[in-house]
Amino acid sequence: MSLSQELQTALVVCFSAVFTQNILLTLFLGMCPFTSVSREVRTALGLGGAVVFVMTCTVVLNWMAYHWLLVKLDLEFFRFVLFIVIIAAFVQFVEMVIDRYSPRLYQNLGIFLPLITVNCAILGASLFMVIRDYTLLVSLGWGFGAGVGWLLAILAMAGIRQRLDESRVPVGLRGPGITLIIAGLMALAFIGFSGVLG
Amino acid sequence: MNGTSKTSRAILLDGLWHDNPVFRQILGICSTLAVTNQVLNTTVMCVSLTLVTAASCLTVSLLRHWTPRNIRMMVQTLIIASYVIVVDILLKAYWPEMSRNLGPYVGLIITNCIIMGRCEAFAGSNRPLPSLLDGLACGLGYSLVLLVIAVPRELMGMGTILGYPVPYFVDIWDPWVIMVMPPGAFFTLACVIWLARGLQARKEST
Repeated sequence: MSLSQELQTALVVCFSAVFTQNILLTLFLGMCPFTSVSREVRTALGLGGAVVFVMTCTVVLNWMAYHWLLVKLDLEFFRFVLFIVIIAAFVQFVEMVIDRYSPRLYQNLGIFLPLITVNCAILGASLFMVIRDYTLLVSLGWGFGAGVGWLLAILAMAGIRQRLDESRVPVGLRGPGITLIIAGLMALAFIGFSGVLG
Repeated sequence: MNGTSKTSRAILLDGLWHDNPVFRQILGICSTLAVTNQVLNTTVMCVSLTLVTAASCLTVSLLRHWTPRNIRMMVQTLIIASYVIVVDILLKAYWPEMSRNLGPYVGLIITNCIIMGRCEAFAGSNRPLPSLLDGLACGLGYSLVLLVIAVPRELMGMGTILGYPVPYFVDIWDPWVIMVMPPGAFFTLACVIWLARGLQARKEST
């Protein structure tokens, strides 16, 4: 595949990761923070930003580790452990760097970083990257797009939930119930995008 | 002994209903909601998850005196990951078709908050046998919820159960394709939670 072709594929994958294959609304990844953190737009934005950054970097790092190390050594089954360790180490590293050089950013983003290690969306993105056999450049597009898609979904949800405070929801549906119904409606809306790429 | 059997029963009941992770805390739905569009996939996923939970709880409990406290999360993650690898390889070897269907979601059992939570909350400070039981109960309780979601989804979405068409039902039912698509999972889970919480509220008020 030539470079321009690959670039094109990367862009298409990135776009579809944001809209048609949204990691949260169609692949159900990262639901836990989605139902618990999506109460305020500001926090959602902070967490979402951290996810975009960490996901882009870890997918690329994991691609390198998988193709340059595990495939060479014939140890593909070891990827679960390796990916988890790389993600945890990367998050720890970023936390230390931010803490050292930008205390203000650390205050805004720092509390979200430990949460991210256990976010299934991060590991999920890397596992999908392996299963779909993406090249390095396409993986970059996929990681970034998946992160942005997650950010978009949690941001929209936070906005809706802030409005929801004033409405009367049946007792049993309050909290997670209504969140899931909204997520379902959002998923319906995102299905509408599926025709865009043909 | 009467005393131990009662506590064992309490552990099982807690895992299945009183403390059911999905109804109570909406934890760990991420990695498994995606496979609830067919009952067969769900069953395989549930069995894998229950096995991994029980085995990891047992191992964490066995190693609890030798695990340094400050790196216990990492140790637990590695234990869980090892069991997930075993399940993944077994599926790939004996049921490659199912392995393809489930895709990355088998691997995602690692980040399922329920297993981690049980290891941290129970197995880390209890003896091996109760820990094994606790892991088993939580896995089963979780499986129960997933099956409750999967059965109506497959039934309404395709008119089948486990791939077999349900007699009479298929003739009168127009399949709702939306039920086997992602939004169906959200709606069904929401309804299940609504029911469970409604029942709970009624029980508490009387």
